[in-house]
Amino acid sequence: MKSMFTNPVLIKEFKLRFRAFKSFSGIMFYLLALSIFVFGFIFVLMDFNISGFISSEESVMLFSLLTYVQLALILFITPGMTAGSISSEREKQTLNILLTTAQSSFQIIFGKMSSSIVFLMLLLIAGLPIYSLVFLFGGVSPSQLIVIFAFLIVTMLAVGSIGVMFSTLLRKTIISMIATYGSMLVLTGVTAFFFLISMEMNRSGMTGVTSSPSIFAHFWGTINPIALMMTLIDPLMLDSFYEVTNIHFPIWAGYLIFYSLVTIVCLLIAVKRLRVNMKKVK
Amino acid sequence: MIEIKGLTKKYGSFYALQGLNLSIGEGTVFGFVGANGAGKSTTFSILSTLLQPTAGDAWINGKSVTKNPEDIRKLIGYMPDFFGVYDQLKADEYLDFFGSSYGIPAAERAKLIPQLLELVNLTHKRYEYVDVLSRGMKQRLCLARTLIHDPKVLILDEPASGLDPRARIEMRDILKQLKSMGKTILISSHILPELAEMCDEIGVIDSGKLIAHGSVSAIQTQLQGEKVITVKLRETVDKAVKFFEEDPFVTGIEVNEQQLTFQYRGSDEEQMALLKKAVLANIPITSFAEEEKDLEDVFMAITKGVDEA
Repeated sequence: MKSMFTNPVLIKEFKLRFRAFKSFSGIMFYLLALSIFVFGFIFVLMDFNISGFISSEESVMLFSLLTYVQLALILFITPGMTAGSISSEREKQTLNILLTTAQSSFQIIFGKMSSSIVFLMLLLIAGLPIYSLVFLFGGVSPSQLIVIFAFLIVTMLAVGSIGVMFSTLLRKTIISMIATYGSMLVLTGVTAFFFLISMEMNRSGMTGVTSSPSIFAHFWGTINPIALMMTLIDPLMLDSFYEVTNIHFPIWAGYLIFYSLVTIVCLLIAVKRLRVNMKKVK
Repeated sequence: MIEIKGLTKKYGSFYALQGLNLSIGEGTVFGFVGANGAGKSTTFSILSTLLQPTAGDAWINGKSVTKNPEDIRKLIGYMPDFFGVYDQLKADEYLDFFGSSYGIPAAERAKLIPQLLELVNLTHKRYEYVDVLSRGMKQRLCLARTLIHDPKVLILDEPASGLDPRARIEMRDILKQLKSMGKTILISSHILPELAEMCDEIGVIDSGKLIAHGSVSAIQTQLQGEKVITVKLRETVDKAVKFFEEDPFVTGIEVNEQQLTFQYRGSDEEQMALLKKAVLANIPITSFAEEEKDLEDVFMAITKGVDEA
């Protein structure tokens, strides 16, 4: 833990990040976007509601909306924060100097990755007061909020490591950004599409009843961040998911395993490819 | 201190380095000269563990660049030809970051940083953002950065490029100071005279091959076979031309009013004999002088020879 706070790259990144105006404006716009959704939702609801109060069901709806907005913001902001971490150093011609220092490749990658993740966590924490509004109206337990936050962080780590990996492998930040956003599209859109296809393929003929377990449908559904959030927010969604896939392996466990693996593999690739492999010389 | 054997770097079918062999002793200031694209930066990048050679190896202080890159990084201070700085950091924070990158404790860094800034004449810019420093100041700050972990070897790729004359002189003075501190310094430039004054040895590289290596004077001597002689005459130029044309070592006589210039391939003794013979033949010589070749001429002559081969 101590080594984390003495990591030179991390300390340098903190200094650079918090001296840049764009970090503060980033937090401001993030909170602004979140506030517009929450207060807009509350005002619209109050306008349509004759009784003039928000019921616990509506509070859960607000909580769901907030969770999806936050997930979307994370999926949108994380690639932007991490996909330029190494390539921007290369473009600014500071990478070569950094690579000739005594720091290990792991230290450099870890410093870069953790500075972005810590900033993103700051965004999440800064959004907590807005999030906590749902507790005013009931219907949501604090433990549910903790679980959702934990999975947002898991998602953030995975997306962040994909960004750092592409940033190490690809020379230009713009290409790294495209590759990372492309991966996001695959993880959210393409997996959802495959999930629907595999689900349809598993339905038996005319009756439309799921006959056998569908590993593919379960896999594509498990690794989809939106599907996971749906099941975490509404337990009924989890039941229907198990019903259509006919597999009762917990979706959160599958998600955790898959994205932990993605994080580890991407970071390992980034560490391995940051410097040239001198040992390959003939 | 530095041993390079058969170092080769190939990009597709293009050879950036072709079997480079070089040995540099401890405390030597070695100037690496070559035109742009000759292979200087490639050599320096390999020595700094940034580039993987296609074949061959290099050793610094007995450690192999390919087998012990982690050890090499602690031994060297590398300054690339083009580099960026972290604009949002102040000069002392910039040095502090690199100090911590080499694992130097904070207390030690706090003592080191003012000393290094003083060495590169940047004490007055200690709390300024790197962004506002001039190019020369940034170069000097980067040089201070290479010294933060007290490396035995400094690898400086074109440290004076793009600097105005004053900044060049300042940089040269700092390098002289480092030389007196006993550092082994590898410095590259495509401008030879820039190096002559401060280097103990010079290596001339062209198309990835080392074509000359030795002290500045030794390299100049390599051109002895092609010395240029200028003879000034009082009168009777035609007679003198005829006389010198008869000498087997004289070629390419050029006449400019009362002055003859020609290439001479003979030894010093033969040159003495030629002068004596000319005087005895009543050639009215007022001056008989070997042209001082500056290092630019040396470089041009050597590289021209390689191209023609």
